Amino acid sequence: MSLLLLIVQTLNGLQFGVLLFLIAAGLTLVFGVMDFINLAHGVQYMLGAYFAVMFYALTGSFVLALLLALLASLAFGLLLEFAIFRHLYERDHLEQVIATFGIILFLNEGVKVVWGASPLSLPVPEALGGSVVLMPGLLYPVWRIVIIVSGLAVALLLYVLVTWTRVGMLVRAGASNARMVSVLGVDIRRLFMIVFGFGTMLAGFAGIMIAPILSVQPGMGDTVLILAFVVIVIGGIGSIRGAFLAALLIGLVDTLGRSFAVDILRLFMAPSPARTVGPAIASMLIYLLMAVVLYVRPAGLFPAKGRG
Amino acid sequence: MTDAALSPKSRPAVLRWRMLPLAIFGLLAVAPFLTGGGADYALNLLERVMIFAIAVLGLDLIVGFGGLVSFGHAAFIGLGAYAAGILAFHGVGDMLLAMPAALALSALFAALTGLVCLRTRGVYFIMITLAFGQMAFFTASSLAPYGGDDGMTLRMRSTVAGFNLLANERAFYYVTFAAVLLVYLLCRMLVASRFGRVLRGSKENPTRMAALGFEVFRYQLVAYVVSGAIGGLAGFLLANATNFVSPAYMSWQRSGELIVMVMFGGIGTLDGAVLGAAAYILLSEYLSQWTEHWALIFGPLLVAVVLFARGGLIGAFKRLRRRRA
Repeated sequence: MSLLLLIVQTLNGLQFGVLLFLIAAGLTLVFGVMDFINLAHGVQYMLGAYFAVMFYALTGSFVLALLLALLASLAFGLLLEFAIFRHLYERDHLEQVIATFGIILFLNEGVKVVWGASPLSLPVPEALGGSVVLMPGLLYPVWRIVIIVSGLAVALLLYVLVTWTRVGMLVRAGASNARMVSVLGVDIRRLFMIVFGFGTMLAGFAGIMIAPILSVQPGMGDTVLILAFVVIVIGGIGSIRGAFLAALLIGLVDTLGRSFAVDILRLFMAPSPARTVGPAIASMLIYLLMAVVLYVRPAGLFPAKGRG
Repeated sequence: MTDAALSPKSRPAVLRWRMLPLAIFGLLAVAPFLTGGGADYALNLLERVMIFAIAVLGLDLIVGFGGLVSFGHAAFIGLGAYAAGILAFHGVGDMLLAMPAALALSALFAALTGLVCLRTRGVYFIMITLAFGQMAFFTASSLAPYGGDDGMTLRMRSTVAGFNLLANERAFYYVTFAAVLLVYLLCRMLVASRFGRVLRGSKENPTRMAALGFEVFRYQLVAYVVSGAIGGLAGFLLANATNFVSPAYMSWQRSGELIVMVMFGGIGTLDGAVLGAAAYILLSEYLSQWTEHWALIFGPLLVAVVLFARGGLIGAFKRLRRRRA
């Protein structure tokens, strides 16, 4: 367990956390403002990655692919909102879960039909390929740094939007009491659509940014979706700040746990059981963390005001 | 929704409501004779339907009547299956030992996790049950001696008091049938009892129930443990039906499927739980034989059920009857 490895894994954890934040931000807003559980949020992330691959193949330029994929994600999200989700806002959570679960099934399979079942990949943009020396002996891929920086920039942008703009104020008000906002004469449907579109685009953005690192394949959104839910529940539903802190926490705990669990267990266990138990404990850590947080604070760390 | 079946005043309704379960269980009882000889495939399929019906009945008990949406219910199935598998691995392959062990293990897990989960409400409850389900999943994946991620194959079905009875497909079919019938009757009794009424009351308004002097938490915990034990029973049978146990039994997608089955049949209707499991399994089986891309049809179907068929199959039945009346 060297210091160098610790730094690299901390950066990886940060990058993972930032990615989770991009997905969780939309999820927590949609959930907080509209009281709508959208399991299909994970497939938006997957679609973002697929759109990027497709547009890259068409245009050959990463920047163009990024822009077009963002637009496509937004358009697709709004289409879903308009065609289906809109009819689900008034329903209870269970019905929302089932309907959006159906959409997951459909889109995971649809992606297989359109782009094939085998994993695709997207090359890292040439200017941002390779690695930089952060410290003597410490090389780190530039693209991962780009992800961290762009994620933090989005977080800052969101902070400014939510804290300083009129729409942001309405979003905050909606998260604490949507009905009251509506009674005060705000077109809540339009607010919903803005929030939803923005959230979808962020999930798509996460998918686009991660595509050069991960393989793009059907079902890639499912695991991330569950993690994003863990993030928003720990952070407190409807709270962007909570989602940000929880995302970084989950990213770091998960990444560091996976790389060091075996080594730590070896300190007080025989090597061979440590090797089998270690990975299991590492995968469990974040769920353990969630259980503990919910036990101590049943509504998460930063619950938006007005909800239990 | 089941009030018609429970209130003593509306006799005809009671009679009508008894027809449906009679038809369902009657059909299941004679099915092995309808499929003809050598139709192990059909028997296997129906066994799977009944096994999942057991689990869904247990889940409906807490979701439909207790208002507790558990998103980690597959863990109980997995625990029951692993109890059977691990005991068989060590040479204890008798049903008289393995089945109680499976029930006890899942009941214990339900009791311990229930103590924590039931502190939370609504979505937080969904997520914390998911968390425990995932922990069970990863624990099973790490059991290297028992196959780890890949799971393990059982050499043979459980014996019954030393006799290799369940190797006969029809015998196993009827054991499963007896199990689903017993669980159905048990749930029906529970729901109609004072316990069930307190449980339903605490779904509608926990504060009021507490004010009436009921310790809501205790009732919910008992319901949760019963539901978990029923899941364990399903798991024990599943391990025997497939001669195989694997962590995949506990994946969160499985838990999601169980909730879908509850919804499919109609939440809070025990007949619906059985129908929902049957509809889900038979339909996905049928579609997957027809096309490899069955999810393309199944997904939109789920959306349609939510948008247009509120109350699931039972709700649709009721509407149909009302129109005719």
